[in-house]
Amino acid sequence: MKQFLSFVRKEFYHVFRDSKTLLMLFGIPIVLIVLFGFAVTNEIKNAKIVVCDYAKDPASQEIVHKLSVSETFHLDKTLLSYSQMEEAFKKENIKLAIIFPANFYKDLLHLNKAQVQIIADGSDPNTANTLTNYAISVIMEYQQKLMQDNNIPYSIAPEIRMLYNPELKGAINFVPGIMALVLLLVCVLMTAVSIVREKEAGTMEVLLVSPFSPFMVIISKAIPYLVLSLINLAVILILSVTLLGMPINGSVWLLVAESTLFIICALSLGLLISNVTQSQQTAMLLAVMGMMLPTMLFTGFMFPLENMPKALQIFSNIVPSKWYYIIVKSIMIKGLGFSAIWKETLILFGATCFFLVVSLRSFKIRLS
Amino acid sequence: MESWKLKMENDQKYSQLSTIHSQFSIKMVTVNNIVKAYNKGEVKAVNDVSFEVSKGELFGLIGADGAGKTSIFRILTTLLLPDSGTASVNGFDVVKDYKTIRKNVGYMPGKFSLYQDLSVEENLNFFATVFNTTVAENYDLVKDIYVQLEPFKTRRAGKLSGGMKQKLALCCALIHRPTVLFLDEPTTGVDVVSRKEFWEMLKSLKQQGITILVSTPYMDEATLCEHIALIQNGSIMSIDTPYNIIKKFPDTLFAVRADNMGRLQNALRNNPQIKSCFSFGDFHHVTMENGKLRMENLVTSLKNDGFNDLEIKEITPTIEDCFMNLMDNK
Repeated sequence: MKQFLSFVRKEFYHVFRDSKTLLMLFGIPIVLIVLFGFAVTNEIKNAKIVVCDYAKDPASQEIVHKLSVSETFHLDKTLLSYSQMEEAFKKENIKLAIIFPANFYKDLLHLNKAQVQIIADGSDPNTANTLTNYAISVIMEYQQKLMQDNNIPYSIAPEIRMLYNPELKGAINFVPGIMALVLLLVCVLMTAVSIVREKEAGTMEVLLVSPFSPFMVIISKAIPYLVLSLINLAVILILSVTLLGMPINGSVWLLVAESTLFIICALSLGLLISNVTQSQQTAMLLAVMGMMLPTMLFTGFMFPLENMPKALQIFSNIVPSKWYYIIVKSIMIKGLGFSAIWKETLILFGATCFFLVVSLRSFKIRLS
Repeated sequence: MESWKLKMENDQKYSQLSTIHSQFSIKMVTVNNIVKAYNKGEVKAVNDVSFEVSKGELFGLIGADGAGKTSIFRILTTLLLPDSGTASVNGFDVVKDYKTIRKNVGYMPGKFSLYQDLSVEENLNFFATVFNTTVAENYDLVKDIYVQLEPFKTRRAGKLSGGMKQKLALCCALIHRPTVLFLDEPTTGVDVVSRKEFWEMLKSLKQQGITILVSTPYMDEATLCEHIALIQNGSIMSIDTPYNIIKKFPDTLFAVRADNMGRLQNALRNNPQIKSCFSFGDFHHVTMENGKLRMENLVTSLKNDGFNDLEIKEITPTIEDCFMNLMDNK
């Protein structure tokens, strides 16, 4: 026991005396959370639009007003002619143009039918889609209001509600993914380097010629990083709630417990990498490339898994972060309890045991 | 010269004693026909090596870099498996009983292998706990060495000087009172004064009954060991006391000096009657074919070749002379 504590203390010394490691440990999560939370979202704000209004009547003006006050659009200017619009698309980074024909209001009142043209910059299909949908919904809203005023009895309007995330905030979808990515990356990277560093420095040679057991070395290497990762988790959670407005609808303690399990899983994976590699560089490369890409691709927070080919969908099952992502989403956003996520928890637990046993087995008791 | 002769006489006495002694003493390390190859058998690092080390002995493996010293040490400290042959430390087999050996030996690798980011004190405490002991328990053993480190005990090991690093490494290897101490090139890259101090420390450790195996590429350190094995290309050329090894030198050895040393070496090497000629500092050490050529003849012939300030004397061979001679004969 005393031996074990001494080992753990030594590992803490290593971490705290290496400013680069510390910076990596706490810098990466904060930067990633802020970066992904703010910069990399599919929310659209203040898209530049132009209006070409040939009508200039109450109907067109009210619609334009409604568009301009929404956060999604930023009304750049009102143009006078069609030709100016094309110019604007080319030169001024306009995303959307709305053209009202002359006699818009008159047609609407007398013919019960009026036309409006929406032109979008299709070079970015996703944005164009979102923007046109939003513009249509604004117009529909106006139409509905008009109908109510005129007391026309039958009107069918689709009602759409976004569950869990009514405002369609990007952060809500991203944060659980980023949590998975950050925890995995940091934990794996830190531990992956830890054993291989002793091999490189030659201290492993001295350690081997002593009565320690491989199990003790491996566990004592994981403990400091477990503690630091839990602190990291707290930082990430606080940042996501305060800065990005993430809700925690479920139990915080359940979230912490599940995260601890995921952290241990990541640490075991890191130890495994550390045991099978011979240099810090290889270990780092393996940790970054081997963890970052699969997590980004196969967790489902960037690219929907449902759209992938069957083979990749099956492959995604062996990526631990996928299961953690599902767990975090269930707890934080849907507010579900353990009964809803026990299967995912079991998979994570199984993976942790597997990695631990394999890394223990792959620990070399001699020099090769 | 007088002190040298005195030392030789002492060594001779010791040598006879130790031969008698070793026949009855307990063997702490035995190595039988060890072979170790790398690169799938292409490079034979250790080739059929056998030797024994008695309890309380200071045994030296002497050889140049790449001679196979480190491989032998790693096999004995259970870090490498031999391809064939057997070895035991303190009666335990290096393959089967590796766990027992690891508890009882002290090992100091050739490369400085302590935690550079830990202080002197932290390193020592860590290694004491790893071996289930405390610094206080065995302090008497490391006291003489540790007092020199004490002023720097809060300094990080990585910031110590080369000599200090070696002392700390020795302390850490000793802190659990090992039965056998393996020191792989402990004095390589260390200044002359620290080297001397280091060997003094080894002598006093020997008095505490610790068996010490040390390897070194410095031939001048060989005479400080009780038994030495001269090793080259993975094979042992000779094992004996330093005195006996010197005694076994087959020829009479001369030291030759003149004004132009470079030209002198060429002249000597081209002389068919000269068996060998090696440069040793200010002199060339020379042996002659079957003693045919006499010293006076050599002097005349060199004078005829136009060498001035000629100085020739008969000398006692050093270990390095013996090493060169053995290498030449192979």
